[in-house]
Amino acid sequence: MSDESEKIIVALAGQPNSGKSTIFNMLTGARQHVANYPGVTVEKKTGSFRIKEDRIEIIDLPGTHSLTSYTQEERIARDFLLNERPAVVVDVVDASNLERNLYLTFQLAEMGIPLIVNLNMTDVAEKRGYKIDSEKLSREIGAPVLSTVGNRGRGKDELKNAIGMILKNGHVTPFRIDYGEAMESALSLLEKHLSGDPDLSERYPLRWLAIKLMENDLEAKKLIRECSRNGDKLLKLVEEERNAFVSDQKSSSQKVIAVARHRRAEGIVKTSVTCEKKTGKTLTDKIDQAACNRYLGPVILAATIYLMYELAIVQGYKITEYTWPLLAGFRDLVASFLPSEGFIFDPFFRSMSIWVVDGTIAVLNYVPIFLILFALIAILEDTGYMARMAFILDRIFRHFGLHGQSILPMVLGGLFVGGCAVPGVMACRAMKDEKARMATIMIVPLMNCLAKIPFYVLLIGIFFADCKGAAMFFISTITIIIALGVAKGLSLTVLRSRPGAPFVMEMPPYHMPTLQGVLRRSLERTWLFIKKIITIVIVVSAIVYLLIYFPGISEKRNAYYSGLADQIQKEFFKETGANNPYADLLSGDNLSKFAGYWMDYKKAKMGAGKKDAKEAIDKKFRERNFVFFKIVKKGKYEVDGEIIKDKHAMKTYKAYKKLDKERNGVRRERREETIISSFMGRAGRFLEPVTRWAGFNWRVNIALLSSFAAKENSVATLGGIYQSSQEDKEETLEERIKKKETSWTALHALAIVLFMAMYPPCIATLLMVRVETGSTKWMLFAAFYPIVLGFIISIFVFTGGNLLGLSGLQVMILFYLLAIVFLVSMGLIKKESEFA
Amino acid sequence: MTLDEIKPDQECEVVDINFEGMIGQRLLDMGFIPGTRIKVVRNAPLVDPVEFLMKGYHISLRHSEAKLVEVTLL
Repeated sequence: MSDESEKIIVALAGQPNSGKSTIFNMLTGARQHVANYPGVTVEKKTGSFRIKEDRIEIIDLPGTHSLTSYTQEERIARDFLLNERPAVVVDVVDASNLERNLYLTFQLAEMGIPLIVNLNMTDVAEKRGYKIDSEKLSREIGAPVLSTVGNRGRGKDELKNAIGMILKNGHVTPFRIDYGEAMESALSLLEKHLSGDPDLSERYPLRWLAIKLMENDLEAKKLIRECSRNGDKLLKLVEEERNAFVSDQKSSSQKVIAVARHRRAEGIVKTSVTCEKKTGKTLTDKIDQAACNRYLGPVILAATIYLMYELAIVQGYKITEYTWPLLAGFRDLVASFLPSEGFIFDPFFRSMSIWVVDGTIAVLNYVPIFLILFALIAILEDTGYMARMAFILDRIFRHFGLHGQSILPMVLGGLFVGGCAVPGVMACRAMKDEKARMATIMIVPLMNCLAKIPFYVLLIGIFFADCKGAAMFFISTITIIIALGVAKGLSLTVLRSRPGAPFVMEMPPYHMPTLQGVLRRSLERTWLFIKKIITIVIVVSAIVYLLIYFPGISEKRNAYYSGLADQIQKEFFKETGANNPYADLLSGDNLSKFAGYWMDYKKAKMGAGKKDAKEAIDKKFRERNFVFFKIVKKGKYEVDGEIIKDKHAMKTYKAYKKLDKERNGVRRERREETIISSFMGRAGRFLEPVTRWAGFNWRVNIALLSSFAAKENSVATLGGIYQSSQEDKEETLEERIKKKETSWTALHALAIVLFMAMYPPCIATLLMVRVETGSTKWMLFAAFYPIVLGFIISIFVFTGGNLLGLSGLQVMILFYLLAIVFLVSMGLIKKESEFA
Repeated sequence: MTLDEIKPDQECEVVDINFEGMIGQRLLDMGFIPGTRIKVVRNAPLVDPVEFLMKGYHISLRHSEAKLVEVTLL
């Protein structure tokens, strides 16, 4: 397009809680794109809109209070303005909080980029009785001032016009703050020296640079060192000037600069804002009286967390019951395009494709949960309650190197048995404290995700049948205890050198979130998740399949299974009896064809609810193959309105039912043998001498190894390994395990359950860890430390329990008490002086 | 005295900030400068952190950070 020859970039800046994103949405509508800034986890939102013929690209910078180089967000915003030189900066200002917001406005103005001050949320300001004289304000700052109410879309055209005007005229009214005589003389001296260097003077606003240098800003110093030919000389001069200033003024230069900015903001507010009514208690104050109350606060918090858990995890899980048939339908659709199933031996391509599709839809199955979760998180963020959660809980978490804000990721990860680590890790993004954020990301996978639950339930059902409730309580709380201990351990060791952040947290006024905003964010984040995860899940599950499939079983064994197949087929034809016309119809290839028909029919009938639906299915299958239809209907069918009872078909039905069961038995047996002799199976056997100390035999090893792709596999693999020996008996998996592992005690089960509790995160979670930490090293750490930790715990429990001759239940209680003692003593370890 | 010693519902005025570097800059940026009036709104349920009202907005600090702000009681 011709009008895109030169990209026009507009940046959107502003303090947190100024409603910046509502302005962004108002301007761009649906034309948005979310990504991360390179190398960091801060979201970069870009969008576009048109002013007449011109296409404008707009970047939503991270919300910051200031533009120092201390936090990632501030550095990103600043570097963008400095290096990309947008044509206009729109500074979104909370009109009801003008004074504090102007502090950032001044710093933007000092950077010498054409500026528009956008007074947002003017409705709130008006309600509080503030009257802002835009013209006076505009004169003071030297930039146009526009009023908007972003969440209602008010002031959109005016804002666009103002941007258009600046693009046309393009001039900047220089803005300066008087920093006092001593500072100004230092600044002008520095400015003079800086201007002597063309590398700097052509690229950077010099007064701004001089101010930053006087503030002792590390990034500004780095910039001088890198860009200037005589950088060292300049830096020495800066150092001298600053030292002279400090000893002269008895005050740090940062302080003098900050105070001057605040005073100017006070002055401007005094002249251009009038406050009509002295407001008493605001609604926010009233809500906080309850929400932050000593007794009521924790109750409300617990209720909120419970509600989130209930809505997202419990109700979301129920929704998956409705969405699952869709995914299963997709799977069947894929299966129908694949080479068809054999009687015993399936084509490799078919079984692998189905495995991969299964692994993928297992992840996609959680999408409804994510949608609800992300919507709820958006509500928590937008209302302002998130800050209150952190306020109430910070005291507890701080002892373990975490932050009040760690609560949400932990809840999502499955604090109360049943969550998902993926949204948990994603929710860490909102945390500003780098050290606590990393610690939280590392422990979220230790929470009990939904996929671990069936495994717990299975083993508890077998070995702790008398005290199921207590055992479940043990699991759900022991993971929290261990996770807190781990967090503390990490922050004392590997995370020690990470920068912590001071707890300086704004408590924004409560705000009614808009439906559109919440939905948009929920969809955006879910989509981001799907995009990031799916391809990798496909690749990894394919690799896992190869590991449990190859090198495959020997020719001899295959011949054995072929023999079994022949044998049961022979039996089938014997059962159908002589002179049975259906026996001939099912000979040869037709038997496999019928097998497919049989399965399809069973599946279709299972999904159908009402009588009408069942009749429709019958009609469909009747049309598909009438002969087969007669058999699956047990010989009872209609011809020309007459009900026919077909003895031969009935007999064939009975014989086939038996055949089907036997066939499944052989298939299962062969599958088991394949797994056991596969690479993964060999690894399981190979590890047995070591894992024995933790009470794991090779069967458990295989189940644990294969659950790495997704923990949902663990129970399925166990099901495969512990298949019932006598084919005729319908036994539950519990019974089968009990029968095969007669030597197992509750102690074995306890060790396995604890290992599962510490089990390394699934691939989707690991990917999320990679995204949120921005580092492959941390991802690998997140994968391996739980294995080591879990193994140590299991050995401790199993071998220790054996040596002391204790029962599983006794060890459980003892371990619990030890863990609590350990945790308390960990909590008491003081950090080295925090701000030294 | 320092800001962490002020009880809920009491009001005070900032005299100085006794810290430089990141935390000092952050406090300065948020408006903890000499002359700013601060009202202690409430302690968190477990006493720490503390919520303040200043310049028309609410902010919370831990006691360890509030200790860096020198104030006089009003």
